[in-house]
Amino acid sequence: MTNSVSHADPDVLVDVRQLCFRRGERVIFDGVDVQIRRGEVTAIMGPSGTGKTTLLRLIGGQLQPDAGSVHVLGHDVPRLGRDALFRMRRRMGMLFQSGALFTHLSVFENVAFPLREHTDLPEPLIRDLVLLKLEAVGLRGARDMMPSELSGGMARRVALARAIALDPQLMMYDEPFAGQDPISMGVLVSLIRRLNDALGLTSVVVSHDVVETAQIADRIFVISEGRVVESGSPRELADSNSAWVKQFMHALPDGPVPFHYPGPSLEDDLLGRR
Amino acid sequence: MLRLFGLLGEKTLNSLGRLGRGTQFLLRALVGVPALVLRPGLVVQQLYAIGVLSLLIIVVSGTFVGMVLALQGYNTLVNFGAEQSLGVLVALSLLRELGPVVTALLFAGRAGSALTAEIGLMKTTEQLSGMEMMAVDPIKRVIAPRLLAGFLSMPLLAAIFSFLGIMGAYVVSAFALGVDEGSFWSQMQAAVDFREDVLNGVIKSLVFGFVASWIAVYEGCDATPTSEGVSRATTRTVVHTSLAVLGLDFVLTAVMFG
Repeated sequence: MTNSVSHADPDVLVDVRQLCFRRGERVIFDGVDVQIRRGEVTAIMGPSGTGKTTLLRLIGGQLQPDAGSVHVLGHDVPRLGRDALFRMRRRMGMLFQSGALFTHLSVFENVAFPLREHTDLPEPLIRDLVLLKLEAVGLRGARDMMPSELSGGMARRVALARAIALDPQLMMYDEPFAGQDPISMGVLVSLIRRLNDALGLTSVVVSHDVVETAQIADRIFVISEGRVVESGSPRELADSNSAWVKQFMHALPDGPVPFHYPGPSLEDDLLGRR
Repeated sequence: MLRLFGLLGEKTLNSLGRLGRGTQFLLRALVGVPALVLRPGLVVQQLYAIGVLSLLIIVVSGTFVGMVLALQGYNTLVNFGAEQSLGVLVALSLLRELGPVVTALLFAGRAGSALTAEIGLMKTTEQLSGMEMMAVDPIKRVIAPRLLAGFLSMPLLAAIFSFLGIMGAYVVSAFALGVDEGSFWSQMQAAVDFREDVLNGVIKSLVFGFVASWIAVYEGCDATPTSEGVSRATTRTVVHTSLAVLGLDFVLTAVMFG
């Protein structure tokens, strides 16, 4: 599929331009532009329900955009055939919010899964690779456990070991910090940064945990109501003059995003006028 | 009245849409079947989960159905002095109808529902999405081995059902009802035709196995990814498979023996 290979800036690993996507009548993205640079940790932030996970699925080719372009690793993703798409996915890893571990396989077998599916490596080498990946996330000792025996944080780390099993170029994290205790959260925060730098990855972190994400991100894109409202380094966003970005970055309960969901007035509701 | 027609039209279109999506899904799964020759382990695992784990219910049901058939058949045949033909009655009933049909109905309840629930839960917990993102096609890795295993298991289970049904009938006939053993077996041997009865029964169970497995895996993949969605899909599998088996049985019987 030579026509699907782009010749844009080689430093940009993921290039999303004028992306439009809707679910039924609801507009999720209306002209989104996001560029993810090689070697950086890029955060996509925004309130719940703004389509951050949807953006990852569009980058991974699990969804098709209504308009605009998505170039990943030089490929025009929406135009890729199934085989070419699967070949591209071998070069990317994704950490799902739920971990998405195979419940019938042990920790070891979960991490070995992509190696067994995509390589013909001999068993001793697979064993060594799996143990090294598990060592990287600190769970070599948990290799024989089943997913049901793991805590939420451990499950996510196993899923991370599995996602990096094939040494991807691009790692995508879907809400990696959601529902984690402070220790697990700290572990995941440092792991994402450490793995990115040690393995030479490019990482995309989708999150609404401002403090944790700002610690490790090189660049942040803030999305709201289908558009990128601001982008820049964590410091630039913290000093932003935009009232919306200020409310989001400093976790203020009221502001441009109102505390109350739109509806009739309290008076009308209580007096039964609707 | 207009609303009723509208509703009817909507339901029909929905059903046709589902049938179309189900057929597309089946074709994609069938494309993945030849590659399983290189990975027989995947099919063997599913043969165990679908076939071996269904054995208990098949063994018990088959034996009791045969025993009841002998009791009921004897009560009627004895009025005509034809109780020596009990073996023929039991064998033909089991091989032509009860073996394939009851096995398929039990299969829908035991293995079909389990398949739908398993695949539905894999979808709900993003395991199928995760597999796709690891560049592994879930249709080939998860669906195709289950489809093939269901197709292969059904005739084997039906054969075991019929065999044990005949043995159950033999025990009741010979030891409780006093039917002559020699007549029981020799009349059966003379009346049952391999091609007409046994082979047609096998063809029926192959068709039922194919349809039951298809419905089970498709419903699992098509389930709404919530606990309620999986529960509804599991129910649909049992209901749709039962209706499809009974409907197809009539058609096949009409073609084979009509």
